[in-house]
Amino acid sequence: MSAKSDNLLAVSLKDAAAGGLIALALFSVLIGMKAEVASGLGGQLGIEYRWVAVAIAVAVVFGGRLLLNLFVWKADKPVTETAGSFMPSAKMLAPLGKYAMPLFLILAVALPFLLLSAYGARGSRQYLDLAILVTTYVMLGWGLNIVVGLAGLLDLGYVAFYAVGAYSYALLAQYFGFSFWICLPLAGILAAFWGIILGFPVLRLRGDYLAIVTLAFGEIIRVVLLNWYEFTGGPDGISGIPRPSFFGLEFKRGEGGFADTFGLDYSSIHRIIFLYYLILIMALITNFVTMRLRKLPVGRAWEALREDEIACRSLGINTTNTKLTAFALGAMFGGFAGSFFATRQGFISPESFTFIESAVILAIVVLGGLGSQIGVVIAAIVMIGGFEFFRGLEEYRMLVFGLLMVVIMVWRPRGLISTRNPSITLSGKKAKGISADLVQEGHG
Amino acid sequence: MSAWDTNPVLTIEHLTMRFGGLVAIDDLSFNVGRGDITALIGPNGAGKTTVFNCVTGFYKPTEGRIVMNRSNGEHYLLERMPDFQISAQAKVARTFQNIRLFGGMTLLENLMVAQHNPLMLASGYSLAGIFGLASFRKAERDAVEKARYWLDKTNLIDRADAPAADLPYGDQRRLEIARAMCSGPELLCLDEPAAGLNPKESAELNALLQYIRKEHDTSILLIEHDMSVVMEISDHVVVLDYGEKISDGSAAEVKDDPKVIAAYLGVPDEEVDTVEEEVGL
Repeated sequence: MSAKSDNLLAVSLKDAAAGGLIALALFSVLIGMKAEVASGLGGQLGIEYRWVAVAIAVAVVFGGRLLLNLFVWKADKPVTETAGSFMPSAKMLAPLGKYAMPLFLILAVALPFLLLSAYGARGSRQYLDLAILVTTYVMLGWGLNIVVGLAGLLDLGYVAFYAVGAYSYALLAQYFGFSFWICLPLAGILAAFWGIILGFPVLRLRGDYLAIVTLAFGEIIRVVLLNWYEFTGGPDGISGIPRPSFFGLEFKRGEGGFADTFGLDYSSIHRIIFLYYLILIMALITNFVTMRLRKLPVGRAWEALREDEIACRSLGINTTNTKLTAFALGAMFGGFAGSFFATRQGFISPESFTFIESAVILAIVVLGGLGSQIGVVIAAIVMIGGFEFFRGLEEYRMLVFGLLMVVIMVWRPRGLISTRNPSITLSGKKAKGISADLVQEGHG
Repeated sequence: MSAWDTNPVLTIEHLTMRFGGLVAIDDLSFNVGRGDITALIGPNGAGKTTVFNCVTGFYKPTEGRIVMNRSNGEHYLLERMPDFQISAQAKVARTFQNIRLFGGMTLLENLMVAQHNPLMLASGYSLAGIFGLASFRKAERDAVEKARYWLDKTNLIDRADAPAADLPYGDQRRLEIARAMCSGPELLCLDEPAAGLNPKESAELNALLQYIRKEHDTSILLIEHDMSVVMEISDHVVVLDYGEKISDGSAAEVKDDPKVIAAYLGVPDEEVDTVEEEVGL
């Protein structure tokens, strides 16, 4: 092996040197000498020598050819595999999964205070807004993870439930004057109800057909919201959605407000911090319920359904009901997130609930690793955080974004965290995770 | 009147299954005796798996009646029930010809899924489970004990926390039987349980099946090509050919039945000649 790799290096060096020589011959003329009208010499034609540029060009050719020889053209392994060896392997990521959860949790709880002390009330606002956005997507990702990751039902219209939640809150507040805390559970229930309504006819479909119908459902909801002008306001959206209160205390200036009651100086950042903790708690509840359900019979039935539906039926599991619970539960958490979205924005319109939202949420779940809770967090931070972070790149950020997704999928085709932990063990904590190669992705 | 006709656990009456123009099963009737091991044999394409699929509800028969007589005196008309209820209420469990395990789940999880219905009840449809009530925790412990028992019986206890897809073929077959048994069946339908097993594993399988029949009040209906299994452990053998029953009796009776020999080995040349003369060829 070592003789072979020595040989490979020698051959590659020789080839690269030859390439470099040709480049030198070409570039010394093409780049090295530049004919110029020298202004100082009365319009005489002169030659400017640029040997540094030639050296750089030759070095690029030499280096590029050497690397391509070593890793692509003459390599034994395909380039993706070689690239993979530079990345941390699954074994190195496994302890990450174990420690990441408490680490992320502590960081998430402390985040507003860290930001406040680092940037002050004014400067930290944009970062807090970003954190709220990321956490919302974490919650949506966790909700969708129940449907796609655990039950293996490909849902391309998840944003419909997000929309149902948002519009439930906005409309209930507008027509009946309900407060956020009454509307939150109602929005979840309504979204779950729509999940069941959609689920009944749809869940007998499998795979691609299910994906298409859920996609259509997502669009139908949006189009209905767009066109039912008298009820939903159509493209004008709904504005003036009431803000949430802190147990009855509103975030307002003066007497009776949150700041006044606690003897603080009024600052608009209080409300932002409150919203951040609100979505954090909602997301954590989603996570807690999901993790809990995974260890219950219903969660195991979801995963069994993903593995083999026919075997499930032969064991007496009512697959329709089991799918419906997954769908309804996922929809419910989507509805909660939706009503949070409405109260945070104060304004919603159908434009916020386009297909691309569903795609982003699904991408978070898939990139994170189907069924992995911590994977969803990492993927949401990378995708949403990265997306906002690279706003400076303007139109190129889509390019960066696409490239990033390709790299992740080449490196880890089953998502960032793809090991499945058994829901119950005989040997206790010693039990190992199950490699993603063995786990099915579900067929619908 | 044979023993299996006096106290049958499963009665199949005039079962017919047509797929378009193809008659897979034609007017088939037989009984599966309580506590018996009944073998359903026949050449390839005889319709054995179709019978299984009708019994376990994966197909709805074109005609006929399938009655499950549970030991508590309840009767179930299987041809009218959805497949999952056949397992849940009529207590008929099955395995598959091409093994269908939950490959990405551990052995223990596979057996826990099989106990879904009682556990679901105990978890108060997940509500009691989410809060971890004591009644659910106890039900779960019992379920794990039951799973442990069957893993022990099938010699798989050492690999309880390994993913099912990692098991060798023979172990997967045994795990599928263990999983079916965890659902507490009164009739266990095994579709070629000995396929792909070596002689030693085959012998172990025989012992396991006899143990199940003896200790667990479970009757067994099995499809099998491996005659060492069929002849050694079956009390009753039903032979199918082209969807029709050609023989029905004890293993010894069936073995000497000329129709069975003809179906499996073909008929002597002279006989073919006589038939050809009769039809004028």
